[in-house]
Amino acid sequence: MSALAVEVWRGGAQGAFQSFEVPRHPSQTVLDVVTYIQRSLDATLAYRFACRVGMCGSCAMSVNGVPRWTCRTHVDKVARENKLVIGPLRNLPVIRDLVTDMRGFFDKWARAKGSFAGTKTKRDDFARVAPDSADRRKVDAGIECIGCGVCYSACDVVAWNPDYLGPAALNRAWTLVKDERDVVKHERLRAVAGDAGCHACHTHMSCTERCPMGLAPTAAISGLKRAVLGSVLKGEL
Amino acid sequence: MNRHSSYWVFLVHRLSGIALALFLPVHFWALGDALQLDALLAWTEQPLVKFSEWALVVLLAAHLGAGLRVLALEFLPWRDWQKGLAAAAAALTLAAGLAFALAL
Repeated sequence: MSALAVEVWRGGAQGAFQSFEVPRHPSQTVLDVVTYIQRSLDATLAYRFACRVGMCGSCAMSVNGVPRWTCRTHVDKVARENKLVIGPLRNLPVIRDLVTDMRGFFDKWARAKGSFAGTKTKRDDFARVAPDSADRRKVDAGIECIGCGVCYSACDVVAWNPDYLGPAALNRAWTLVKDERDVVKHERLRAVAGDAGCHACHTHMSCTERCPMGLAPTAAISGLKRAVLGSVLKGEL
Repeated sequence: MNRHSSYWVFLVHRLSGIALALFLPVHFWALGDALQLDALLAWTEQPLVKFSEWALVVLLAAHLGAGLRVLALEFLPWRDWQKGLAAAAAALTLAAGLAFALAL
């Protein structure tokens, strides 16, 4: 089969693209391409992956300028004229080559109060949440996030305001706001209501467009906006 | 990298808003100058001015359509029809542009 011309980012924040030639194969994924480069052409290439089947969320990279899971992206779908440009995710500090430092991304989940706070202990009975209740359905719509950082990398507001919590953290906060067992809703709404929170969203919907899980963080963010407004009107915030 | 319909609508919304804001002083100037209304109306008969009026109507329609889309996103329980919203905003703009061009 023909060869693929691949440009791969090398270095940290300062660096350059390096060219490689990789053989094409049927059903080849972008992760296969990166793995081929590291195993056969340049063993010093740094990149992350684990599951290879779209479950772990660690192999996200920028492919031809678009953030994607490389393991679930076929070369056929994204290569233009047999060319690929592969770089690290945008909006995150580059450690080396294709590896980014995701601490800031996950720190924002904590800032958005992304951890569940309930009152029951393991000695209590299970909470019974009706699966078809309106709130539970809203939680279902957002709960499958695996934290890959694709939405965060796609978001221009994060690029413009590095403090912005970003789609993933806000989506997480929304699933907890709609969790009827959770008891720190007001604190959470306060955490997401600031300048760098839900109201900073410009509704570009790049997060929703790019989410490999098909989630809609924009819907979560607009839900948070309404929830904050409702709480303010009731005098709770 | 952000080549998708929602992003284009965002850009159109922003740019039309800026263009309309720039037009506002001209609008007020024309209103303030309305004492010489006949001269002003004669001036607006020129093809270039007619075209500018048409562009203005298109900008207004685009800004309105994109604004309605944001309101729908923020307040309606949407999930899967956001591309339809972008198309609706574009359709509104096109319809207003065509209608005004016909009326000219």
